[in-house]
Parts: sequence; structure tokens; C-alpha cells
Amino acid sequence: MVLALLLGSGALALVALARDAGKVDAAVPYMAPLSVFYIVAHIVMRRTAAQADPLILPVAAILNALGLAAVYRLSPDEFGPAQITWTIVGIGAFVATLLAVRDFQVLSRYKYILGFAGVALLLLPLAPGIGATINGARLWVALGPLSFQPGELAKVCLVIFFAAYLAERKELLAIASRRLLGMHFPDLKHFGPLLVMWGLSLAVMFFEKDLGSSLLFFSIFLVMLYVATARIVYVAIGLLMFAGGAYIGYQLFTHVQQRVLIWLDVFNPRYIADEGYQLAQSLFALATGGLFGTGLGQGRPDLIPAAHTDFIFSVIGEELGMMGTAGVLLCFMLMVARGLRIAMQSRGDFGQLLAVGLITIFAVQTIIILAGVTRLMPLTGITLPFMSYGGSSLISNFILIAILIRISHQTAAAPDPALTGEILIGGR
Amino acid sequence: MQPQIRKVGLGLVFLFLAVFFQLNYVQIFAAERIASNNANVRSLLREYSIQRGDILTLDGTRVAISEPTGKKLKYRRTYPEGELYGHITGFYSINYGESRIESTFHDQLLGDAGVISMQDIQDRFLGAGEEGDDVRLTIHSRLQQAARDALGSNKGAVIAMDPQTGEVRAMWSNPSFDPTPLASHDSREAKRYWNSLEPKSPNSPLVSKATSRGYAPGSTVKVITAAAALEARYEPNDTFDDPVELELPQTDETLTNFTKTSCAGGRIDLFTALELSCDTTFAMLGMELPNEVREMAEAMGFNEQIPFDVGTEPSAFPEVGEDNKPFQAYVAIGQGDVVGTPLQMALVAATVANGGEVPRPQLVREVIDPSGGIVERFQPETLGTAMSSETARQVTEMMEAVVQGDQGTGHAAQIPGISVAAKTGTAQTVEGASPHAWFVSFAPAQDPRLAVAVIVENGGQLGSEATGGAVAAPIAKLLMETDRQIRGW
Repeated sequence: MVLALLLGSGALALVALARDAGKVDAAVPYMAPLSVFYIVAHIVMRRTAAQADPLILPVAAILNALGLAAVYRLSPDEFGPAQITWTIVGIGAFVATLLAVRDFQVLSRYKYILGFAGVALLLLPLAPGIGATINGARLWVALGPLSFQPGELAKVCLVIFFAAYLAERKELLAIASRRLLGMHFPDLKHFGPLLVMWGLSLAVMFFEKDLGSSLLFFSIFLVMLYVATARIVYVAIGLLMFAGGAYIGYQLFTHVQQRVLIWLDVFNPRYIADEGYQLAQSLFALATGGLFGTGLGQGRPDLIPAAHTDFIFSVIGEELGMMGTAGVLLCFMLMVARGLRIAMQSRGDFGQLLAVGLITIFAVQTIIILAGVTRLMPLTGITLPFMSYGGSSLISNFILIAILIRISHQTAAAPDPALTGEILIGGR
Repeated sequence: MQPQIRKVGLGLVFLFLAVFFQLNYVQIFAAERIASNNANVRSLLREYSIQRGDILTLDGTRVAISEPTGKKLKYRRTYPEGELYGHITGFYSINYGESRIESTFHDQLLGDAGVISMQDIQDRFLGAGEEGDDVRLTIHSRLQQAARDALGSNKGAVIAMDPQTGEVRAMWSNPSFDPTPLASHDSREAKRYWNSLEPKSPNSPLVSKATSRGYAPGSTVKVITAAAALEARYEPNDTFDDPVELELPQTDETLTNFTKTSCAGGRIDLFTALELSCDTTFAMLGMELPNEVREMAEAMGFNEQIPFDVGTEPSAFPEVGEDNKPFQAYVAIGQGDVVGTPLQMALVAATVANGGEVPRPQLVREVIDPSGGIVERFQPETLGTAMSSETARQVTEMMEAVVQGDQGTGHAAQIPGISVAAKTGTAQTVEGASPHAWFVSFAPAQDPRLAVAVIVENGGQLGSEATGGAVAAPIAKLLMETDRQIRGW
């Protein structure tokens, strides 16, 4: 089966990479349970969501395996094994989600709960005592030895909320509108609560200094609104608001200014040793990799601070060259394509919106971080799905694809309502 | 909602493509520029983790090797022969970069010869242990030693090449430098040695006099003048006036022979004029054929950069104004702003020896990969035709007389059993300083195997009494004899 083949090759890639880092025997005990878990996940998928899109899990597995190999190569003692553990937990979450959510429509009933849960999760790091600031961003919650980012889960919750709300109110939002300047504006009565939720989320992110998530969330909201109402006006307003927000952010926050300055002039000797060091090293790694890369284990990705998280892509870029990075990019695009396909084919507004929302999280997050490390836009602290080191990110992404798979299965498995209607009513 | 989803999809595709293009930019188009930024230590670390290829002489002596250090920078460049090959290998230094062969063949020595094979692609992905290619020079170690021994403590240069192939078999310049300290990983040690060489001074030992220092060639230029005359319309037995002092038209100046006498007492033929190195004869020719003389010089490499495997300075043969007769006279005898490097003068001799064809000087024979296979082999080439083979034969006979003839100025270079062809030169420098002693030669005259150019700055031990024939000729003789022993001609 396609899945098994792709999974297998992903695993092989991992082993080969680990071998070159010189730690064959250490990798095998990790590889075995990992493969087992993926196979288990595959079986569960075949059992509970047999008609779902077959490519999503394998592609995720490939990305995960590559990312794992890179993280393992960077830190065979600390982050490598940890990431393997988190991956296994993530696969567990995937299975659990598939088993727990038999009908995704159920989620729409819990929309308000999920919505508030999302906000609560976002606020959690601000709470005194358990909140923790790491790398200048107050995103973390520390419970004893473990720390996780509730924000990652919050995204999924809030998207479910948005999808459900928009699905319900979609016509109202589209029709009940006033005309102003030749464009349609929504009625505040219906739009209001949505705006409040959204504004709240963004404010929280601003205070937590998580610019990447702010941008991500902003774009997701905009995309979902546009898809629901088909009104370009939202896109227009959105862009304006973004411009305004960006400008204010730039004026108010020094670290925003810093990020922009570094983005514009990364090789300036003044920055390169200090604030710009990370981005400069990322570019050096990518450039030194060239087309073919320096060869596995031959590069110096350890010269990039935090290479195992935000800059995992640069590690691939240095050692596998553009052949590696283009391959990775292709995998991401494939994943996004499949996700959009699920969205298009899904019946029912909630299903479509939910699928669009989820895959947009995935896509936009990927684009933001990739653009950041290649200097296409200023750097933000956001993880690369499935590849970056990070338990919360892995778990939330596995849950994300589980829901997508559930939607996909239900779409394919449900009989065509038109056909059903004919049989029931007239019959030929 | 499908149309909207489709549009969203398009938007996302666009953004992904933007990332793709940016990737292309960083990893391919601007990659070299970005990677060579000074703040990128990756290249340095990578370069020093490769075992740089050896540089070896024609006969297999290793003159530049890479020794493992057991430290972060895995290999260290060492030069077992010290300063003997300094100007040939050049240096390989963290602080000061690369020079000479280390520079010209930098990529090959690191194994980046640009030859892509399946093995290469496999190596690149798996990063197999890297070794560079070796470079084999055309230099023969015994000849190089002989050059150093012969020149001794004199300042100057010696260069010897095979006139038929252009291969340079010895190239020595005194003073020289030892590249080993410059390759040190201890930057203070490298810096100390570097500064001791006075790198900014034109007299720095870093400068190879053989290729990059020009001197007034003196009478050795008469070979060029003679060749020009023969190509134009003269024959070796044409005769000329032979005054003690030659009047230079349009001035009150006169030109006197070096010997302060007339050369042959009345009239002299071209053949004897070269044998005796008669200034007045060639001065006359210079005034009569100024353009032909200069063109002959340019055909042999003057006024342009001679293509070579290491850097060279061009030699200069000035274009003299139509009416500037005195100057035309001086340049024809190798004074007056004519400047020649030893490489250039060796090339003059080699051209005559090679039947009028100018051979392209070569310092490298081949590039060899770690398994012994030849990656690149450099074949002899010519740079053009300076004179007809008949003229070359005539000039050869005239140059033979310089050594073998009764009145020749180059007796000190006689070698029993073979016929040596040569031209001496004693070049005036500045007022009060001793002249430079030159000797250009080739042997055997009939089937030339080695062309040599020697310059001893400021006359060496003989000082103001020095002549090319006395000081420089014995050095050339030693080289030709040594080569004869090695190759058996």
C-alpha cells in the first residue's frame, strides 16, 4: 500500500541519517517503536476512517521522520529522544482523536465551549505561577518538569469555533449587510461576537509577544470569513487592519523594530554578531548547502541557535541542499493540496469551513516560518509543523490531521443525498 | 463555497511559490555570495576538514602536504622543502588567503574540480571523507636545487624551461620565503612571519623576481633586434659602420660601445656584432627599424601579460616616437626604459630555440586524483610565431658564436661535447650602482632541450666589474649540465 511504502521510506531516511551521525545502534531502539506506532495509527485509520484521504498520514510521517532525523542529529542525547517521545504521544493523540470523534459534526455542538476553552488556553500563560516566559515570549505553561504551549491547542479549538459559528451565521453575515461606499458591510449584531472573540485572541497574543501566532490567527480568521461570505470587503479591511496593526506594532515594540531591521539588513556587521546572528547563520547554512547540500552529518547546523525548533528547515537546507528543501516544500504543498481537496469535496458548510480553517492553519504557519528563515519576511517564532522540535506543536498538528481525516472519510463514506432523495421519493 | 476555497488555494500556492523562489535565490543564485561572507565560518571549517591535495615535483618530491592536527581544524599545510619552492607553491593561509599554485589550483586541491560523476553525487549526499587532488609540477627537484645552489647568496633569479614544450623545470628567486609559518593555525605566528617579510615593500621576499620583477635587460635585447633585422631584410653577413662613438641624430648625444673602443676596427658584420655584443651596430639597427624591433619584442610577449599558471608582471618595450632617435637606439640595446622579467627573457631564448614559435610557459604537468587517476593533463601550446624558422636558425648560429666563437662574450658557459647558444647582458642601472648581470641561453643548439635565463642583481660578487659573461654565465652552465645529466641529452 502507498501508505506503508511511504512510511517505510520515511523510516529508512531516518535510519540512514542517524547512521551518518554515527549512532546506528542508538537509533534502532527508537526507530522500532516509532514504526510500530505509525503502523498502529494506520490500522486504526483503516478501521475507523477507511475512506479517508490516504496521503495525509504518510506525508505527515515523512515530514516527521525527516524532522526527527535532523533533530536527532543535532542533539542525540537530549532533544532527539525527547522528540521521539513526543512523536509517539502525538500519534497517540491522533489515534485518540480518530476514536473519540466519530462524527465531526458533533464538534459544532460544542462550539461555544471550545471557543472559550481556546481563549482560556491562550490566557493560561499569563496566569501568575504557572506561566513562563521563554525566549522573550510568554507562551508557555510549566507544570513541574514539563512545559507545553497551550496556544498550539488553542488554535485548533478556536478554528472549530469559528467554523461552526460562521457555518450557522453565514447567510446572515452575507445578506444582512449595509451598503457603504459601494461595498457590503456586515451587520454588527451578528458580526459582533465574532469580532470580540477574534480581537481578544489577538490582544492576548500581543501581550504574550507572540507575533507569529498573531499573524497566523489573523490570516486564518480572514480566510475563513472570506470563504464563508465570499465578500472581498473582508479581505480589504483585513489587509488595512493588518497594515495598521503592523505599523503600530513597529512603533510600540522594540523587538518588532529589531526584527524588521534585521530582516532588511541582515548582513550588516553591527547586527550580524548579535541580534541578526540567528538569521544570518540560517542564511549561511542554506547558502553553504547549495543544490546538493554538504552531506549528512557534514554541515555545521549547530552554529544556528535554536536550530532544532524554528530553524529545522535550515538544517535540512545545509545538509541536504535545495534538493532536500525543495522536497520538503513539495511535501507541505502536497499536504495543503489534499487538505483543500477535502474542503472542496466536503458537504455541508461546517465541514467545508472546518477543513479550510484547519488546513489554513497548517499552510500559513508553514509559510510564515519558511519565509522567515529564508528572509522573505521578518522572522517570527513559530514552529514548522511535524518537523520542529516541540511536543505541543506535534500533538496539535496530529489532532489537526486526525480531524481532517475524519472529515474526509465522512465525505467519501456518506451516500450522495441527491441519489438517496431519488430513491426515497420517486425511484426509477 | 467552492469558488472561494479555490481562490484561497490559489493564494496559498502563490505564497508557497514565493518561498520556493526565495529558496532558489538563497541556495543557488546568491549562494556563493552569501556563503563567502566573512562571518560564515562554515566554509573555513569545511575547507580545513578536507585533506588538501599535495603539490609535487615532476620527479615526485612532495613540496606541499597536509598533515592531520587532531584538532578542530583538521589539517595543516606544511612545506617540507621550506623556501625552495616558496614562489612556486605560494602560501595557503587562514589570514592571508592563497597565492601562486595554491591559489590557481585551489579548487582542484580541495577536490572541487567540478567533475561531476555518480561517485561525486553519492559522496556529496553521504559526505564521504574528503580528499583533494594532487598537483604535479613541471619543476624537477634536482634542477631546482641546482638553481638555488648556483645563485648562492646573490640576489636575483634563475628560470629554466624546455623550449619545445614550454615546461618550466626550475624557477628560483632569491631572497625567497618559507610558506610553512604562514599556514600556521596560530594567527599570531603567521602574522609575525608575514610582517617580517615586509609585504608592502617592493623588495619583499614574497615577490618572485623570476616572474614579477622587471629589470633592464641590457644586451640580451640584441637577440630581439637581430631577429627583427633578419626578418626585415638583413643577412648575417651584412656589414655596418663600426665607429667608437655613434652620433645620435637630432641631438648632441653620442653612444659609445661598452668597451670604449670600436668593435672590429672599421666595419663589422651582423654575425660578429652579436658575438662581440657591439652596441653601435644594434643602435643603428634600432634607429632604422624601430617599429620592427618593437613588434618582434611584442611577438615574444613584451607589453602583455604572459599566460602562466602563476601571476606574472608584463615586460615593457616602449613605443618610441618617430623622431626620437636616441631613444630608439637605446631600446635596441636593452636600455632606456626597456624592462624585462627573467621569465620574459627566457621566453625569448626559448622562442629562438623552438624555431621561432613562442611556447606557452607551463608550471603544472597534471592534476591527479587520490586514486592515482589523471584528472587533467596539460598539453604544450604555442602562443604564436615570432619569426620564421630560417631566421631562428640564423639567430641560433649567431648565439652559438657568443659561446663557442673566438670573440664570444659567453665562453664561461661552454660545455664539452655540446654546443651552447646564448647572449650575455650587462645592464646599467642607476648612476653609481653596479650593473645587473644577465645570461640567456639554450642547449644543445641543434636540438634544444633547455632554455635558461639568469639575472644576478647588481653584479653579485664582482660588483662594478661584473659582466653577464662573468657572473651569470656559470650559473646557466650549471643548470644546463644538471639537466643534461638528468635527461641524458
